[in-house]
Amino acid sequence: MSDGFNLRLRRPRPSVVACSPTLGALGAVNLMPACFAKEDALEAHIARSSRRRRAVSVLLRWLTYAAATVTAAVLLFVVGYILVRGVPALTPDLFQWEYTSENVSLLPALASTVIMALLALAMAVPVGVGAAIYLVEYARRGSRFVRLVRVTAETLQGIPSIIYGLFGMLFFVTACGWGLSLLSGACTLAIMVLPVIMRTTEEALMAVPDSYREGGFGLGAGRLRTVARCVLPSAVPGILGGVILALGRCVGEVAALLFTAGTVAQIPDFGGQGIFALFDSCRTLAVHMYTLACEGLHVNEAYATSVVLLILVLLLNAAMRVAAQKMEVSKK
Amino acid sequence: MTSFLKELANEMSVTAAAEVPGAAPAPAKMAVEHLNLFYGDFQGLRDVNLTFPENQVTALIGPSGCGKSTLLKTLNRMNDLVEGCRVEGSVLLDGADAYRTLDATDLRRRVGMVFQQPNPFPMSIYDNVAFGPRSHGVRAKADLDVIVEESLRAAAIWDELKDRLKKNALGLSGGQQQRLCIARALAVQPEVLLLDESTSALDPISTAKIEELIGQLKERYTVIMVTHNMLQALRISDKTAFFLLGEVVEAGDTDTIFSAPIDPRTADYVAGRFG
Ligand SMILES: Nc1ncnc2c1ncn2[C@@H]1O[C@H](COP(=O)(O)OP(=O)(O)O)[C@@H](O)[C@H]1O
Ligand SMILES: [Mg+2]
Repeated sequence: MSDGFNLRLRRPRPSVVACSPTLGALGAVNLMPACFAKEDALEAHIARSSRRRRAVSVLLRWLTYAAATVTAAVLLFVVGYILVRGVPALTPDLFQWEYTSENVSLLPALASTVIMALLALAMAVPVGVGAAIYLVEYARRGSRFVRLVRVTAETLQGIPSIIYGLFGMLFFVTACGWGLSLLSGACTLAIMVLPVIMRTTEEALMAVPDSYREGGFGLGAGRLRTVARCVLPSAVPGILGGVILALGRCVGEVAALLFTAGTVAQIPDFGGQGIFALFDSCRTLAVHMYTLACEGLHVNEAYATSVVLLILVLLLNAAMRVAAQKMEVSKK
Repeated sequence: MTSFLKELANEMSVTAAAEVPGAAPAPAKMAVEHLNLFYGDFQGLRDVNLTFPENQVTALIGPSGCGKSTLLKTLNRMNDLVEGCRVEGSVLLDGADAYRTLDATDLRRRVGMVFQQPNPFPMSIYDNVAFGPRSHGVRAKADLDVIVEESLRAAAIWDELKDRLKKNALGLSGGQQQRLCIARALAVQPEVLLLDESTSALDPISTAKIEELIGQLKERYTVIMVTHNMLQALRISDKTAFFLLGEVVEAGDTDTIFSAPIDPRTADYVAGRFG
């Protein structure tokens, strides 16, 4: 498969000279001397318009280069600035298991971030993927219900996260009585990323050709088996893309968590309290950074935290990509 | 042109000479009676009556959009998956009503289908062939090995693929993929095989291989195929049904349809394709 693809890429492009309109017109002139004047005018016209077209295309090419350069430069500047400010501030003090107002350790926040994000995804991924499978594979296509759910999900995707935070505070923190806690925060995040996961999974499933479904049903396989074995494997990379997106939003979220998980800078005490540690308040790296920056006493440590956050996001993305690749390879 | 046609037809009737007039007709494996099919308000099939004799190849011919694929999909109830599709009349498999007494899953196992575009699943060659049997509960590796080998042999592709069973099926050529799809359909031991223009996306060499294969398959299966290629219908089918606008214009022995059609529209269509 990949060989064929490379071959196609390497095949030389058709020569530009052969299809140049100017040369074509010249050839016509030689063949038809009778209508020379007319051809001459035509040739001039073609030459002029092709010169103009070439100028426009050069301009456009430079514009795209410029856009790409600006994008890359902004990214490099932001990352570079953070690294320059943050890396010198990375001291062993920041990696103590216990947070004190002296060491402003970020390790508890790092651990809380991982726990919080995984907990949120553990809730959102099964529900989101399941809902998408239902909508694409089971529900009647284009039915009013499906459209309603889709529009709702799209709307929810656009809502500012602070509104999710407010809802989480009113519902999980107060009404459910879970207080400012890991569980309240994770549930809020799960609701926040659910539409993202659902929509990307839906897109991924809809991109799978119907011929796979026909193939499965045509062999007398049931719907569950056809979906699980013929359709889902092709959609996995797309679904993982959605999960990566969701993960990014969980890790980077501040507003929603301030209202629901609080700002206690300790790792939830799973060792001591077992499952009840879910009701401990905790702060993620992003919240940690926000508080440090707001307090104004530890701005350099805030930069150091953002370096760690950056590395964490890169590592998580890489891990997801490796997982996706593993799945691709095992299919071969 | 017509003399060429007659010659071909004569050759056909010599090779398929088993049918003496007056002899008992081959038993019908499948039959449709007074079949009407609707896609919403649009009527796709109109009062279709056909029988498909056992161990013979029946070709469905007709211009594009006349309902050939629709009929094929009615025979194994793939139309169940189409929104707003409604079927009236009866489809019989060994005399049992496919829509009222048979279970759709079971029907689709007994009536296998190969599509126009090869559609192997994105998994290994082995898993492709084993997919059907596994769906129907075969789990033992030894059993699956036997089924996979036999099916690939029956589809005349075992020798080409036996050393790369673990490779992804998407890496095969179009012709190989299509024969793999035939093997995959055979792996659930169907009784009837439906082929929907299964060679139209293939090169002439692959087409010839599959035509030869169909000739062998009819000894064990009842084959119903849609084709746009008149010569192909003439070469490999025993019976032919000509469709126009959802109706069967004429059906009968292939050589009769091609050499002495009764309906002028059949004559036009068959001749048009040659002229
Ligand atoms: N799913 C569908 N919904 C509505 N109309 C359909 C559908 N499938 C086929 N048709 C219509 O039914 C007619 C027959 O189609 P088809 O059986 O695919 O023709 P053929 O295979 O003979 O070319 C066509 O007019 C087509 O537009
Ligand atoms: Mg068709």
